[in-house]
Amino acid sequence: MIMQPASTEIASRTAAIVQELKGLEGPLLPILHGIQEEFGHVPQDALPVIAEALNISKAEVHGVVTFYHDYRSHPAGRHVLKLCQAEACQSMGSDAVAAKLKQLLGIGFHETARDGSVTLEPVYCLGLCACAPSAMLDGEVIGRLDDEKLDEIVAEVRS
Amino acid sequence: MGLIQEIDYGTPASTSEKQVTLTVDGFTVTVPEGTSIMRASMEAGIAIPKLCATDMVDAFGSCRLCLVEIDGRNGTPSSCTTPVAPGMVVHTQTGRLKDIRRGVMELYISDHPLDCLTCAANGDCELQTQAGVVGLRDVRYGYEGDNHVFKKNDGAENFKWMAKDESNPYFTYDPSKCIVCSRCVRACEEVQGTFALTIEGRGFESRVSPGMHQLFIDSECVSCGACVQACPTATLSEKSVIKIGQPEHSVVTTCAYCGVGCSFKAEMRGDELVRMVPYKDGKANRGHSCVKGRFAYGYSTHKERILNPMIREKVTDPWREVSWEEALTHTASEFRRIQYQYGRTSIGGITSSRCTNEETYLVQKLIRQGFRNNNVDTCARVCHSPTGYGLGQTFGTSAGTQDFDSIEQTDVVMIIGANPTDAHPVFASRMKKRLRKGAKLIVLDPRRTDIVRSAHIEAQHHLPLKPGTNVAVVTALAHVIVTEGLFDEAFIRERCDWDEFQDWASFVALPENSPEVVGQLANVDPEEIRGAARLFATGGNGAIYYGLGVTEHSQGSTTVIAIANLAMATGNIGRPGVGVNPLRGQNNVQGSCDMGSFPHELPGYRHVSGDAVRDIYESLWGVKLDDEPGLRIPNMLDAAVDGSFKGLYVQGEDILQSDPDTKHVAAGLAAMECVVVHDLFLNETANYAHVFLPGSTFLEKDGTFTNAERRINRVRKVMAPKNGLADWEVTQKLAQAMGIAWNYQHPSEIMDEIAKTTPSFAKVSFDYLDKMGSVQWPCNEQAPEGTPIMHIGGFVRGKGKFIRTEYVATDERTGPRFPLLLTTGRILSQYNVGAQTRRTDNVMWHSEDRLEIHPHDAENRGLRDGDWVRLTSRSGETTLRALITDKVSPGVVYTTFHHPDTQANVITTDFSDWATNCPEYKVTAVQVGASNGPSEWQLDYDEQARNSRRIATLEAAE
Repeated sequence: MIMQPASTEIASRTAAIVQELKGLEGPLLPILHGIQEEFGHVPQDALPVIAEALNISKAEVHGVVTFYHDYRSHPAGRHVLKLCQAEACQSMGSDAVAAKLKQLLGIGFHETARDGSVTLEPVYCLGLCACAPSAMLDGEVIGRLDDEKLDEIVAEVRS
Repeated sequence: MGLIQEIDYGTPASTSEKQVTLTVDGFTVTVPEGTSIMRASMEAGIAIPKLCATDMVDAFGSCRLCLVEIDGRNGTPSSCTTPVAPGMVVHTQTGRLKDIRRGVMELYISDHPLDCLTCAANGDCELQTQAGVVGLRDVRYGYEGDNHVFKKNDGAENFKWMAKDESNPYFTYDPSKCIVCSRCVRACEEVQGTFALTIEGRGFESRVSPGMHQLFIDSECVSCGACVQACPTATLSEKSVIKIGQPEHSVVTTCAYCGVGCSFKAEMRGDELVRMVPYKDGKANRGHSCVKGRFAYGYSTHKERILNPMIREKVTDPWREVSWEEALTHTASEFRRIQYQYGRTSIGGITSSRCTNEETYLVQKLIRQGFRNNNVDTCARVCHSPTGYGLGQTFGTSAGTQDFDSIEQTDVVMIIGANPTDAHPVFASRMKKRLRKGAKLIVLDPRRTDIVRSAHIEAQHHLPLKPGTNVAVVTALAHVIVTEGLFDEAFIRERCDWDEFQDWASFVALPENSPEVVGQLANVDPEEIRGAARLFATGGNGAIYYGLGVTEHSQGSTTVIAIANLAMATGNIGRPGVGVNPLRGQNNVQGSCDMGSFPHELPGYRHVSGDAVRDIYESLWGVKLDDEPGLRIPNMLDAAVDGSFKGLYVQGEDILQSDPDTKHVAAGLAAMECVVVHDLFLNETANYAHVFLPGSTFLEKDGTFTNAERRINRVRKVMAPKNGLADWEVTQKLAQAMGIAWNYQHPSEIMDEIAKTTPSFAKVSFDYLDKMGSVQWPCNEQAPEGTPIMHIGGFVRGKGKFIRTEYVATDERTGPRFPLLLTTGRILSQYNVGAQTRRTDNVMWHSEDRLEIHPHDAENRGLRDGDWVRLTSRSGETTLRALITDKVSPGVVYTTFHHPDTQANVITTDFSDWATNCPEYKVTAVQVGASNGPSEWQLDYDEQARNSRRIATLEAAE
């Protein structure tokens, strides 16, 4: 089970992050990154706090958060595995890789394993087309995916 | 008649002086530099296809329909985002462009329902129109695959489909019809300035979202209607259009709510009002609106509206419906009897700031010519009478100095005792637009109003002064300006009396007027006062906007004078972008003052003691006029209690609810023998009335309203009066019943009489207004097109007059028994006593008056949010529910006065402005404590009100 902080706690921790970063030029994205780092996702309760501090509307913050897929509305698993599904990788068999991975992990895209170990997500191009099919595990890119590498990945996220 | 079609130029006008000439499809067109190709083309009469562009908002370039080809340039740039250049040759229709447009349109339509015949926007849909324009004949993509259109795809739930949001009482949001042009989002941001909407998600997931994926009603939406107006499809639709259908003709008229005086197109189907649409040529609102003017007109057909005249012997009797003739004959004979019995001055009347200039003129004429006395007053007594006095003394005219457009050139806005986002929302939107462009803001207000800080707006200085200390704080601002040498000496020497200035300067420079001393007594940081003064004096064009927070004090007139001093000392008078601007409360409060509604003034602010002025009217009306000022409203009530004042004709005003010290008003009314109420509804005053004359709404008559910028706007009749007679006809018939030979066939004849007798209106006539759209008085031979800015080159009174403004604390003080200060105000969705807005769906936003109290004060008293509290002053007590907020400072509580069952005016005292008797609504010492429910007074009052509103049924009357 993933523990979620109470809304007052979210507000106070958010306020601290906002306070630290609001002096930047264009502070909204850095603040959202900071919040995602703090909570593992961008809690809905954080948005009004950001809006109030930056003196913009809640709608504006909501618009930005929902525009970027990388900002999560819910916490992810301990590991995040992103599998490229863009054209180059598709031509190199990423569909089959995806199917295999889903089977090995027992989850689909945008899902988190029940034990909270891993979240699987599609991504559209990692800029690693020359090494397709590719993936990214916790920020580290992995190229030329094959069965062996998939097994390694699964072993790592399950450990 | 037909519908008035306004040209949509696609992008806003450029204000550049430099002209650029280009060619569009072979036609030469010259436009200001910075104009878009789209707009230039429309100027030449060529409409480029478009969906995401509309001239109320900046270009966006997302729909890709307005592409053009330009000789010598690559590609197909969008015409809305591409500015014109000299010698440019533009082609709007080429084979390539046609193909692109048709392809784009095909994509739009592939995700849009084809239910045009049953769609509310049928006949008024830009998507439909543009599909026709680009010649769409086929949609190759079909509806297979993802779409937002159908609730179910092949029997399975379609999670991309979203249900209609019908939470707003006036419009619906149907996501299935949305083409994501973002016009609504941009209108909310750029026109209204609320930023309540956004586009959530991206790509095919993109949706319009109010707030954070909320319902409209739960979001920050203020229901101004700008998004509905901007929507090119049926996505955002007025519920009235959905219910009724498309209008077939429209008439331009003027809103009857606040003093901004917005122009609207009343769009009609027959004599049924389909919707009110803000008119882009309206010079006060420039195409914008608020929730009241745009939507809250339902009161005109509310079931509680009284349509038949009624009379009764005693106020404890039920009402008896009678014919107009009987009602008017009865009234006339009662008034004559009272005058015979108690004397000529025993009756009087109150004109309405809600009625037209012509109607107001007639009421004061009836009193002066028919009653033969000057016992006429108006609700401006309780709002802006100090403005009339203060500006009259210092500048020589009793009105604001600027037009609303002036704000676009203001660099520093100072708002004193006004809450424009709630009370003057359309002007507030224009102000916010200017503030977002970089103008600075200073706010003097005990509350942290929304203009102090809201999305993208933040005041540089907010001075949360203690209620009742306006004079001290404004004088302290002057102290800083004088002692730091920030005054505009050249301006003062040229326009004002230098000796008077020096006398005033030596007064304000006294140490007791320093921010350090004043800050103590007003609870304001002295550095904030200094900062605000420096900013105002040195920040460029400085404009002061003020409201009832200035006037409704025992020193209201003094504050107005202090404001005028400040403007003169900094040279901020007599050009665009500056000035002193009272934000007047009611649609025609300026007009009712202009029309001679005060007991001491004939129309045009000319004192009744002036022989020359009286001569004009005496020769025209054929009677001798009284040269002594008559009774003001409070004097009338005092005289009634004393037994010397017995009859009153009240047109369109609810003095029992709106005037201070309700118990005194009630006692005065109860002591009279004939109270005639002329109104739409059985208002609170009617509880004490003997005759009720049903009134007509602004939709049912012709006339003019004069707004806060002195603009005379036409009111045009769009339907017959439901009560049978327009208000001016009722007054005329009453005059005739009293034996006065009036014979006006049309309100235009009344305006002609006004123009003939009032120099500042000399050139005004209905024909002239129809031709000009509107004019700002003075409008005469010297200023044939009216006067947007006053005091250019010199003051109306000659030299601007500096007057000392000594601070005298009000007698209403806090003490151990009444430790808090109560101040009162308005809220966006409701209007004044609420007689109209309470009878519309606006009650969804504000169904009761609440007492705003600071968390500290609430905690001391053990109050929680929503608790019933007892509010007690030296005058009386009432109960209402608490709203805990830090918008008010500790020691200050605040409430609105929109609901009669709250009776905030039972609490207010009878202290008033020293010069004009304007009541001190804004300061009352009170105590707040927990309560179980309504007070005894409220229960008694309820009972009495219920009893007095009984109307006898036919059976009961036998």
